[in-house]
Amino acid sequence: MDLIEHVLKGEKRAVARLISVIEDDEPRAREALAQLYPHTGQAHIVGVTGATGTGKSTLVNEMAKEYRRRGRTVGIVAVDPTSPFSGGAFLGDRIRMRDLFTDPGIFIRSMATRGSLGGLARATADVVKVLDAAGYQVIFVETVGAGQVEVDIARTAHTVIVVEAPGLGDEVQAIKAGIPEIADIFVVNKADREGADKTVLALQMMLDLNLSSRSGGAEWLPPIHKTIALSGEGVGAVVEAVEGHLAYLRESGEFQRRERERAAAELENILRHELMRGLFERVERGLLEEFVDRIVRRELDPYSAAEKLVRGQR
Amino acid sequence: MAKDKIRVLIAKPGLDGHDRGAKVVARALRDAGMEVIYTGLWQTPEMIAEAALQEDVDVVGLSILSGAHMALVPRVMELLAEKGMDDIVVLVGGIIPDDDRPALKKMGVRGIFGPGTPTEEIVEFIRKEVKRPDVQ
Repeated sequence: MDLIEHVLKGEKRAVARLISVIEDDEPRAREALAQLYPHTGQAHIVGVTGATGTGKSTLVNEMAKEYRRRGRTVGIVAVDPTSPFSGGAFLGDRIRMRDLFTDPGIFIRSMATRGSLGGLARATADVVKVLDAAGYQVIFVETVGAGQVEVDIARTAHTVIVVEAPGLGDEVQAIKAGIPEIADIFVVNKADREGADKTVLALQMMLDLNLSSRSGGAEWLPPIHKTIALSGEGVGAVVEAVEGHLAYLRESGEFQRRERERAAAELENILRHELMRGLFERVERGLLEEFVDRIVRRELDPYSAAEKLVRGQR
Repeated sequence: MAKDKIRVLIAKPGLDGHDRGAKVVARALRDAGMEVIYTGLWQTPEMIAEAALQEDVDVVGLSILSGAHMALVPRVMELLAEKGMDDIVVLVGGIIPDDDRPALKKMGVRGIFGPGTPTEEIVEFIRKEVKRPDVQ
């Protein structure tokens, strides 16, 4: 496929077009991904998550600049929510990254979730593969960041940065279930604001609690970094931490373990998607409606109905 | 090929700092089911063209209230063509004198929308233009 060749050469227009093909789930998307896949696996994928207003995009902007100073090429995928009412989206992460627009070593793509609920769009992982295959060495994936647990990012990224900010009324944001498990690095951004030290302390206490409840010591203790992303202060140290995490992953064998987990999760996801699709293709609309009616009339319970459908019974 | 989602880039080139109109249009397009990449103020033509390329948008909307449209728009059109994006629909909004409109149309601008244009009009225009194969 011609488009693939251009993508592998790193041609931006081809990369942009292929991303669209994949995002729109066009018929040739599958084949394209099959051809791309052997060329993926080089990039360091860094997830950036955190509640709205913590400064994720600004932080990504500064980290990207730092990586560029170090001679690396950077891809950025910024995800924003699709309105469940209109189906549209306001993709406003790019506005924080104006310094990067014309840098030839940077590619930024804004994505809407298009209905996915885990913090990323369904196609995000595949879009990352395109950037990986195109040669971008560090790929930032910025999640929706509405504040709830965003499990998707843990499965997509090698290193997950959780961004907090003081004064959002919740120094304990990080203590909510799920966040400690997915964070490899904590950043307290807008550290010039009141309450920054309290936030750091809250995170430290939570990490200590977590540590003592785990059997055996954790090998990687998530560091907590203070930054003022707008001015770039503290960002160098965060990038060092990101690099440090990658080194740890490789040296400890964690990298391989996570790759396996990712591949397994992805396969499971796709299988589920495919099986559902296959099932719905087999079942006529009328039959489904019939089952629903029977359930409402209490003639059949939902579980038995589902079983019959799966087995192709009436 | 009609796409599911229409992607629109909205940018304010040049030094003009009045972004209320651009934001109103951005919101209206979002409410109409489109994906709007809003890049905001102080964009150079280079930044706009590069963003349009990377985001693979169907439409570029330029909001210009500074009067600099005759300098900025040609440059944007030139760069878009250079980058191989001839099929992109370019719209201009803001303060555009009637006398300048024919020239802008000749450059390839498909629609010009002054202040007070009902947003529904812009939405319908985009829907029509993006579905139609390029008729240059």
